[in-house]
Amino acid sequence: MPKQDALPRPVSIVGAGMSKFGSFPEKNSRDLFVEAFKDLRITVDKGFDPAQIEAFYVGNFSSDLFEHQGHIAPLIADAVGITPCPATRVEDACASGGVALRQGIMAVASGMYDVVLVGGVEKMTNLPTSEVTDTLGTAADVPFEISAGFTFPGFYAAMATAYMARYGMTPDHLKHVAIKNHDNGALNPNAQFGVTIQKWMEGRIAAALKKGKPAPKWNSIWDFLNDDGGNPMVAWPLRLFDCSPVTDGASAVLLVAGELANSFSDHPINVRGSAQASDSALYGRADLTSVPAARIASQKAYSMAGVSAKDIRIAEVHDCFTIAEVIASEDIGFFNPGDGYKAAEDGVTARTGSKPINTSGGLKSKGHPVGASGVAQVVEVVKQMRGQAGERQVAGDIPLALTHNVGATGSTCVVHIYERTN
Amino acid sequence: MTTTNLAHPFSASGFEAFLTEHKLAAVHCTNCQKIYLPPRAICPNCHSESLEWSEVSGHGKLAGFTVIYVAPSSMIAQGFGRDKPYIAGIVELVEGPKVSARITGFDPLQPETIHIGSPVQVDFIEYNQGDTVKVSLAFKAV
Repeated sequence: MPKQDALPRPVSIVGAGMSKFGSFPEKNSRDLFVEAFKDLRITVDKGFDPAQIEAFYVGNFSSDLFEHQGHIAPLIADAVGITPCPATRVEDACASGGVALRQGIMAVASGMYDVVLVGGVEKMTNLPTSEVTDTLGTAADVPFEISAGFTFPGFYAAMATAYMARYGMTPDHLKHVAIKNHDNGALNPNAQFGVTIQKWMEGRIAAALKKGKPAPKWNSIWDFLNDDGGNPMVAWPLRLFDCSPVTDGASAVLLVAGELANSFSDHPINVRGSAQASDSALYGRADLTSVPAARIASQKAYSMAGVSAKDIRIAEVHDCFTIAEVIASEDIGFFNPGDGYKAAEDGVTARTGSKPINTSGGLKSKGHPVGASGVAQVVEVVKQMRGQAGERQVAGDIPLALTHNVGATGSTCVVHIYERTN
Repeated sequence: MTTTNLAHPFSASGFEAFLTEHKLAAVHCTNCQKIYLPPRAICPNCHSESLEWSEVSGHGKLAGFTVIYVAPSSMIAQGFGRDKPYIAGIVELVEGPKVSARITGFDPLQPETIHIGSPVQVDFIEYNQGDTVKVSLAFKAV
């Protein structure tokens, strides 16, 4: 049988919810997921009975190392009362959520199930920074990359130096991505750092004065962003505000067979494209300035949907670091190679621009609970397409949207395309 | 290129065994002639299993790099971190493959002076891990 470009049968998203993202010492991954599930229930506008759920896929990178708890899928299924449905944990590093979504889509598209719950969760803040760095490092090629002293900020920083050398970008260009994503995140009540960089800087100055210390001499956010005290170096050229934070959070979406969608929601979102690709670790790539798996997954998703990048109104991309958003914006075809950083500087990717990216605040400002991020991207896309994004709502109609979720440095990439129905 | 006949396995442990001998070895596919580093037990190009270790020249150029201030625990144990940042990079060998490695011989406090494409040469950094001496792959500025 020839491979079909389109899904074997239509799949719709009828609800999408998330927990608040942040640092929650009193909550474990189960607690976080319950919060996301409760939020999801509100968004399924015609309601549903959890007993209708026939299967559950949850993206999670490393509950084992982060909270010394394995086998979390059935524990979560029990916590939300959906046992004995099959409950499966999916792991592809930071792409775990997006890949779990794809497993759910395939399960419905195949005809095996009509109603599937997909989620993502990560509980990261129990560990000190060095252990978080080590745990995230297990997503890399440990014997051949971590042995060289690499960290995840380090990998993306190395991609940034290659990109800077080829295209003339400077570290200041990257800061435009951080400023934009914090501007967006400031309008997202679920964001971990839902505050503009201006407000963040003013808070730091006020805190210093309150303690009777001399106020830092920052006359603008550019002084702040270029100061080692305000914005310490993590892995040159990436500073703290080039990096997504360490986050606790969960997200959930409800998938149903297309023919049933209208019995769950008056505003179902159809899945039009779903594609995933794998690749070697970073050292194995011919070019460090692009992510081949992202290009391949994007092309396949566009082909499945029968659309192209110019048709996509908004995208949520995997901005684990500012350079990652620049490269992603090129890999998904929004801009030509070498033009992504200019688009960020020129405001093209701002909420009010022609190609808004990461209206949620992205991983950068909203937070990056790694297994949850890929599904949280869908939460934003659904809100925007339904016109329910509040103060950060993009103006005008959003017929098509895209999500781009990366594992490690691009050893996994998963891309989805969504269509608004009514 | 010299062919070595040492019986190290085509694996991370085989690669590390060469490193402890201060040798940088790649794997050569005798069927399609491609060269791989890290080592492979199956050629990803032609899927042949006819492979052999092959010592490489150790010459290459910098393809990407960073200066790391927030270090993993293994580097913190070696004294690196906020007050003593270090350079990690990806080197493209003259034989073709790229490898991740520590980068030395450049000033980590002046990263603007480090250029992509700079020639580098293999080096081996010994450090103690408990009672054993381990070797990190490194490349130094030429």
